[in-house]
Amino acid sequence: MVIDILIALLVVSAVGVLAGVILTLASYFFSVPEDETEKQLRECLPGVNCGACGYTGCDEYAKALAEGKTEPNLCVPGSTDTAEKISEILGIEVETPKDLVATLKCNGTCEAANKSAIYDGVNGCKAASLIYGGPNQCKYGCVGCGDCAKICPVDAITIKDGIANIDTRKCIGCGVCAKICPKSVIELVEQNRKTLVLCHNREKGAVARKACKNACIACKKCELNCPHGAIKVIDNLAVIDYGKCVDCGICAEVCPTKCIHRVDLYTSVIN
Amino acid sequence: MDTFKSLIVILMSSVLINNYVLSRFLGICPFLGVSKKLNQAVGMGIAVIFVMLMATAVTWPIQYYVLDKNDLSYMQTIVFILVIATLVQFIEIFLKKLIPALHKSLGVYLPLITTNCAVLGVTINNISDGYSFLESMVSSLGCGLGFLLAMVLFSGIRSKIDETNIPESIKGLPITLITASFISLAFFGFSGIVDNLFG
Repeated sequence: MVIDILIALLVVSAVGVLAGVILTLASYFFSVPEDETEKQLRECLPGVNCGACGYTGCDEYAKALAEGKTEPNLCVPGSTDTAEKISEILGIEVETPKDLVATLKCNGTCEAANKSAIYDGVNGCKAASLIYGGPNQCKYGCVGCGDCAKICPVDAITIKDGIANIDTRKCIGCGVCAKICPKSVIELVEQNRKTLVLCHNREKGAVARKACKNACIACKKCELNCPHGAIKVIDNLAVIDYGKCVDCGICAEVCPTKCIHRVDLYTSVIN
Repeated sequence: MDTFKSLIVILMSSVLINNYVLSRFLGICPFLGVSKKLNQAVGMGIAVIFVMLMATAVTWPIQYYVLDKNDLSYMQTIVFILVIATLVQFIEIFLKKLIPALHKSLGVYLPLITTNCAVLGVTINNISDGYSFLESMVSSLGCGLGFLLAMVLFSGIRSKIDETNIPESIKGLPITLITASFISLAFFGFSGIVDNLFG
């Protein structure tokens, strides 16, 4: 009995070991030298496999680059530095991409935003927002269940005070959080922006005010006070035209609900 | 002459009557997955023929000279899986080094075949049918050809389906499965032919 089991064990392990040895030898003797350029390219990519370039990972992107099938400026997290390194290796000129970071267009913290219900279901923004648009009275803002925090490849997002808190120093601008957010309340902005409207509510002033203390109430004070005509209230929400904006900060000063914020995306954490 | 006849019978029956995809329902995954375009279907089919032949050539001696000698035929499945997986890996490495052109056209399909039940099915059926080595090889060739035939037929039909107006409710996978079942029914028409192949 025991002998039978031992024999079976021995034979199968012998086959396994033999297979292993053959494969090891084969991979040693038949190894194909890897493409040197591809290796170099792979090394200068950040390796977070975020997929913002449109390929399934950094390896795939490096391969496509080495074969000349794609543009060298598609890496969002690596940004300018990576694009420059890649173009140096490949010996081509390149348009460098802009530095983008994710920002949350919502300032509806626990204290400011009113609840319409208590959500006690599956933990996730998508699930929560399926039921009457989420537990908050404001149906436009951050639900605060952290789908973005879970998917962020560099852990730049935490949930603080009931809304997503994005550390723009860590953010690599890959945009996966913006894609997964069911409220589309995360937006990629250029990192040199200094004035942001931190609200996404398109209800009329009174309704928005009732739902959240920090909401844009479409009073048009910013629009009237802006010396450059850069800010307009569209669909009951202030929108900044960054082509005209000079970051003077007057709109932020006059805003009665303080939903327009002065930020420094290079150093500070938004909100 | 009789051996030759029996070989022809084995070949024909494994291509048409016991077609692995259409009457034994093995290897459905690549059948549905890779049959969208004709050239992909042909590539996959040829890769399967190749792997089936190689796998049979390796597993037949293992069954008769290693497993049966030690009364271990019950370990057949595990050992065969191990051997086939190794073989496919080896072939891939081998092709990559020595015949890169072939590797480029077959290479993407090879890892898919590692876990293809049709390949395992062929090798195990060859043993359980009690075929000799030559008969096993012919049977594997037939099964591979049958797979290729099914893939080519199906990819042709699928490309036609793509251009037609399909009711919204059965668009995509449902119509694919319905079509597959019709082809399978059609193949049942072949049963009974082989017995009368030589009068």
